[in-house]
Amino acid sequence: MTKLFAPLLLALIVTGCGTTGGPSATVEDRTGGKPEAGSSTQTTGADSKATTGAAETTPLTGAGVAGSTLDGKQLDGGSGNFAGDPRKDPDSPLAKRSIFFDYDSFVVKDEYRGVLEAHAGYLLANKDARAILQGNTDERGSREYNLALGQKRAEAVRKALGLLGVGDVQIEAVSFGEEKPRNEADTEEAFAENRRVDLVYTDE
Amino acid sequence: MLRAVLVFPLMGLMLLANALTARAAMEIQVIGGAANKIALAMVPFRAAPGQPQPSLTQIAGDDLNRSGQIRLVDTSGVPTPFEPAQVNYATWRGKGAEALVIGQVSALPGGRFEVRFRVLDAVKQTQLAGFSYNIAPEQWRATAHQIADIVYEKLTGTKGAFSSRIAYVQKQGKKFELRVADADGQNPRTVVRSGEPLISPMFSPDGARVVYVSFEDRKPVVYVQSLADGSRRKVAAFKGSNSAPAWSPDGRRLAVVLTRDAASQIYLINADGSGLKRLTEGGNIDTEPVFSPDGQTVYFTSDRGGSPQIYKVPANGGEARRVTFSGSYNVSPAVSPDGRLLAFISRDEGRFRVALLELATGQTRMLTDTARDESPAFAPNGQSVLYATVQGGRGVLGTVSLDGRTRSRLSESGVDAREPAWGP
Repeated sequence: MTKLFAPLLLALIVTGCGTTGGPSATVEDRTGGKPEAGSSTQTTGADSKATTGAAETTPLTGAGVAGSTLDGKQLDGGSGNFAGDPRKDPDSPLAKRSIFFDYDSFVVKDEYRGVLEAHAGYLLANKDARAILQGNTDERGSREYNLALGQKRAEAVRKALGLLGVGDVQIEAVSFGEEKPRNEADTEEAFAENRRVDLVYTDE
Repeated sequence: MLRAVLVFPLMGLMLLANALTARAAMEIQVIGGAANKIALAMVPFRAAPGQPQPSLTQIAGDDLNRSGQIRLVDTSGVPTPFEPAQVNYATWRGKGAEALVIGQVSALPGGRFEVRFRVLDAVKQTQLAGFSYNIAPEQWRATAHQIADIVYEKLTGTKGAFSSRIAYVQKQGKKFELRVADADGQNPRTVVRSGEPLISPMFSPDGARVVYVSFEDRKPVVYVQSLADGSRRKVAAFKGSNSAPAWSPDGRRLAVVLTRDAASQIYLINADGSGLKRLTEGGNIDTEPVFSPDGQTVYFTSDRGGSPQIYKVPANGGEARRVTFSGSYNVSPAVSPDGRLLAFISRDEGRFRVALLELATGQTRMLTDTARDESPAFAPNGQSVLYATVQGGRGVLGTVSLDGRTRSRLSESGVDAREPAWGP
């Protein structure tokens, strides 16, 4: 697996290297000890799970009449740790769920090799496991274009996992664009924190 | 609560006192001279006891002023006529008025009001239009907008858009609301409420439905919702992300952006979610599709040339052609109702501003002077552009006239407004 990984990831990096070249963004380990599911929604509040999947519509003419609640799927989440889940071992690379990107870049940096290999290994060993790759961008520019940029980042991670043997049935790449920033500050540091892909297991 | 200020930095004017007491949503800036503007005296109507506030002339006057094509002249210090026989035309011409609007409101039994108004040519001393309405108090603002539409059309020859509606997303704390409001930002009504982001709303061409992107399923999904009864359906919820919906002019199809085949690509789909067909091909980003008014062309944003630029492709498929060339970031195209102009967001020296491109000549000019503009949308009559920007750290909506000289802002304290759309 490791032998296979290195040249493939290198190929990924080489294809995209026209857009990088500056110093790597500082990568912080912000995953240790963090509650698992919905890491991308953290900045939108601890109760965001309660509201997920329940938008409410109102007819325009009927004042105050609540419309139908829709059938949004609520993702399983937070149902307590159980001993032995390797994903929850803070010393394991599986505990790392975020892959950060440089400005305007979609290149998965080499420093994430270990993290991606660990998650690929977990997914290959647990064929029922499902992961969502959530792409994110900083807030500058068009919302829809940023949604596409976030998707491109999520796709880059999906391809990297695919090269490690993970099938599409186990992973879905989606984008939140600039809509769910982890850090809402208007600073370069915050922007760097928001340029990332989060790997979220659907059973956590 | 919505709050309003009228500002005339260079013209310095008369409506100021009135406006400060009003609760309209508008802040209007007039930049530069009053060249080619029609001078109108909006004479206060005779009021009826118990009539709603602000006055009809205030609401309609704000509308007309915001258009950038009409200049309101001072109406103070002279007798106020309510009927044509009372008008001293020399007095109004002396105030510089080329036209005037007069009228009166009377209370009717059952809490209703009769509104009568006339548009008069101050030079020819003739009546250009005259109407009366029997209205309920709830129709007060709608009546004012209709008066503004009639006055505007009589004076400029172009249909007014003051009775139209806008939609936008309001973020308050962690709550997102899709709202529909009058074109002046007043009378907002929430049509979707969610704890997850909502983006990219657009009215159907007949104004009966709205399409938007909701993140409530933990990924972007495209919904079409009836405004009449609030019912809705998912029209695009494929694997991956589903976003950037745009109605075809006949209201039967949507252009959407899907990632089901990997890269963000443009697809056409029927408004009921059937008949999916891919429109663009490639591994680059293609997004933000929008139809030309004749339905023959789809304009969109793509990074296929290395930086995001606007392209066009025949709606029935074919080769894409690049439309914008200057600058390294041109996104979010909107086509004018006559198909001649393209409004978009252009980045220059780190600022994102609304630009206007004349498609026949390629001439481009910047319409705004702000730094974080997004999501331009043309008025239904094509005479102004609605957009989102950031002011004081929060999102606000603004309109700008096609010459860039008249800008207005919708202000509501404590909330973020973004993602505007302009409907019929």
